[in-house]
Amino acid sequence: MLSKKERLQIAPVKMREQRPEQRIHNQNEVPLGYSPQEAILEAERCLQCKNAPCINGCPVEVDIPGFIGEIARGNFSAAFFKVSEKNVLPAICGRVCPQEEQCQAECTVTKVLKSAERSVNIGKLERFVADYAREKGMRPRVAHQAKSGKKVAVIGSGPAGLTVAGDLARLGHEVTLFEALHVVGGVLVYGIPEFRLPKSIVEYEIDALQQSGVGLKCNYVIGKIKSIKEMLREFDSVFIGTGAGLPRFMEIPGENLIGVYSANEYLTRANLMHAFDFPRSDTPILSGDTVAVVGGGNVAMDAARTALRAGAKKVTLVYRRSEKEMPARLEEIEHARQEGVRFQFLVNPVRILADQNEWVSGMELVRMKLGEPDSTGRRRPVVVPGSEFTMKTDLVIMAIGNSPNPLLLHETPELSINEWGGIIADPETGATSIAGVFAGGDIVLGAATVILAMGQGRRAAQSMHTYMMHSNGKKV
Amino acid sequence: MKKMIENTIIAKKTLAPGITSLKIYAPEICAKHKAGQFVILRGWPGGERIPLTIANTDRAKGAITLIFQSVGKTTLQLATLAVGDRVLDMAGPLGTRTHIERFGTVVCIGGGIGTAPLLPITKAMKAAGNKIVTILGFRSRDYIILQNEIEQLSDTLIIITDDGSSGQKGLVTDVLQQLFADGIKIDRIMAIGPAIMMRAVAELTRRAAIPTIASLNPIMIDGTGMCGGCRVTINGSMKFVCVDGPEFDAHQVAWDEVMQRLRTYKQHECRALENYQQNQPERISYAE
Ligand SMILES: Cc1cc2nc3c(=O)[nH]c(=O)nc-3n(C[C@H](O)[C@H](O)[C@H](O)COP(=O)(O)OP(=O)(O)OC[C@H]3O[C@@H](n4cnc5c(N)ncnc54)[C@H](O)[C@@H]3O)c2cc1C
Ligand code: SF4
Ligand code: FES
Repeated sequence: MLSKKERLQIAPVKMREQRPEQRIHNQNEVPLGYSPQEAILEAERCLQCKNAPCINGCPVEVDIPGFIGEIARGNFSAAFFKVSEKNVLPAICGRVCPQEEQCQAECTVTKVLKSAERSVNIGKLERFVADYAREKGMRPRVAHQAKSGKKVAVIGSGPAGLTVAGDLARLGHEVTLFEALHVVGGVLVYGIPEFRLPKSIVEYEIDALQQSGVGLKCNYVIGKIKSIKEMLREFDSVFIGTGAGLPRFMEIPGENLIGVYSANEYLTRANLMHAFDFPRSDTPILSGDTVAVVGGGNVAMDAARTALRAGAKKVTLVYRRSEKEMPARLEEIEHARQEGVRFQFLVNPVRILADQNEWVSGMELVRMKLGEPDSTGRRRPVVVPGSEFTMKTDLVIMAIGNSPNPLLLHETPELSINEWGGIIADPETGATSIAGVFAGGDIVLGAATVILAMGQGRRAAQSMHTYMMHSNGKKV
Repeated sequence: MKKMIENTIIAKKTLAPGITSLKIYAPEICAKHKAGQFVILRGWPGGERIPLTIANTDRAKGAITLIFQSVGKTTLQLATLAVGDRVLDMAGPLGTRTHIERFGTVVCIGGGIGTAPLLPITKAMKAAGNKIVTILGFRSRDYIILQNEIEQLSDTLIIITDDGSSGQKGLVTDVLQQLFADGIKIDRIMAIGPAIMMRAVAELTRRAAIPTIASLNPIMIDGTGMCGGCRVTINGSMKFVCVDGPEFDAHQVAWDEVMQRLRTYKQHECRALENYQQNQPERISYAE
């Protein structure tokens, strides 16, 4: 047995990555994964804390020291079963969760060594066990309960909907998943790029759902083809996980010029429609030598890095606050920087400029400085008077955020929504203002994270189960 | 009898050179359809998602009719599908429904292929008790479509062609001006056709202060309000045509912008078409 001191002396095991100059020419994943030896070494860094503060940082309460302990002993299958008790999509979470703000922020090693960079790499280990299991074709070991005779409709197939569908199928209910697009997965397939989350991983998870008997119905825009009222006649309960798919724009002049994309459109063309294979794939996408991305979140990083892979020579990300306030994960910012994305902080576009053909030719921006903190606690950026300047660009990608998707809500006036357009749902149960209808994920939280969407889905599934088993078959 | 699979083409007609009508089995979409709504379809693996307005429904058969002109690669390839084939994906009915009411006299104006989406609207306006005056404009006699169907619904039907090969020679706006000159009281106008035609109609009727509705047909992807690619400025504010439209007050539409944005992928479209014509693929069948 290693002593605590010895464990603290092991250097964090870096994950090998594709070199930046190579990876910007392909769509393959950037981090290459741990070898078994690397995983065991990293796992040995865990102190196996009795109080396990890391678990408190995990929205779905994975038994972190438990699964890391199994890795350290070389029991990778056991480690996978431990993780999958709590997390139905570990291969996805291991890749896209903001661990540095969650489990890893709470980790004792982080605190003792006073360095976020030296925490136990919980996320990378989670990814390792999930990949190990997938390569071996393993599935979580969970008992399926006997058929309940209850029918459930899940609307939206992002992480929230997938979690609800999986959990309720295990509990013996007959689940049908309705998705508006032609493929299942939500943001995981149309938003997050292949080089960050290979689509084969999402497919493997969807496959598991189908094996557990979940029915998939793509091309169903609920609200249009079926109302919630009609669904309640057909199903014993309904879950709404329609996400935050409404792109925000800045409302500045020139935003509708040719060459201005929302990040959603740009990424959808690239990821969902494979526009970079044009004309082998039928969907086109505009390309430019210089691309400007507006925003500072994960979506902005994904758009910028996608533009590089599309052959842009110069990609500049403009953000109205300073680097410290950028909401993107550190790893994403780091990857973007290594790949050559340039950053301009404390600037904000005020107008998009056009050439004589009404195509984007540049942007006019102003400089900003940080003022008083706003309601989110971040310092509010204020314009520096007289600081206008222009910048040339062929494309502008707006990645300034997404709001809850209003389509279904417009068609369902009985559903109570809050002032920014999200569904009002009980944070503990996911119950909405309509009996039998539950909601979770970005449609409730606003654009949040995969793991929070899953956490909400998990809680909603539990309360839907209780609701169906105790409502004596009464429908509302 | 074998159970019919959704999205199967059950009838196909060529209405005019390059204009195809597909009747597709889609019982759920058919049951929900209201005038003005559209579907987004993707014909085959790797295909793009395109919006097409539902031109007709057959409730008994659970089928919808889509009418399109083959102008680019996707619509050319779509026209190669045959009865028994299936379109791969189809979502709908999308968009808001036409505001139907007993207005009095409604003038329905269709330009070319715009006649197809005009058909269900004309039908609904007629059913609501309106007097229907229809003006249809085509390139020439050969390109006239849906004349019988529209004629049955119209109290008056005027056809005009660019070259005078059928009806008068001229534009739909010429006919409209004639109606104005004749002092006919018009309560509402529905205009569907090329953007340039709808803009011309809007300009005329703005001066006459006649409420005019146009149906926009921008480039779309998802059709659910997720991408913003279909955005357009209406009365100074940004709207998404797929969810807020497709119909808008024609006097409030930023027409230049609409036309501009339709040209976004001109070069790509030419390339795709060339590539398709050079490689003339075998007719691909997705029948099951
Ligand atoms: C580019 C990008 C990068 C991101 N990166 C990260 C990251 O690194 N880490 C992280 O944790 N989070 C990230 N996020 C956020 C994360 O993806 C979301 O928080 C999460 O996907 C929300 O899950 P959800 O299930 O609520 O909704 P979504 O994933 O948005 O899925 C909703 C689904 O519902 C469908 N739908 C909508 N309306 C209807 C209707 N009426 N009928 C039927 N279906 C409907 C939609 O088509 C969609 O498929 C990112 C988001 C984006 C856009
Ligand atoms: S806090 Fe860190 S060191 Fe302690 S059990 Fe959790 S992961 Fe291991
Ligand atoms: S087509 Fe994407 S928002 Fe309308």
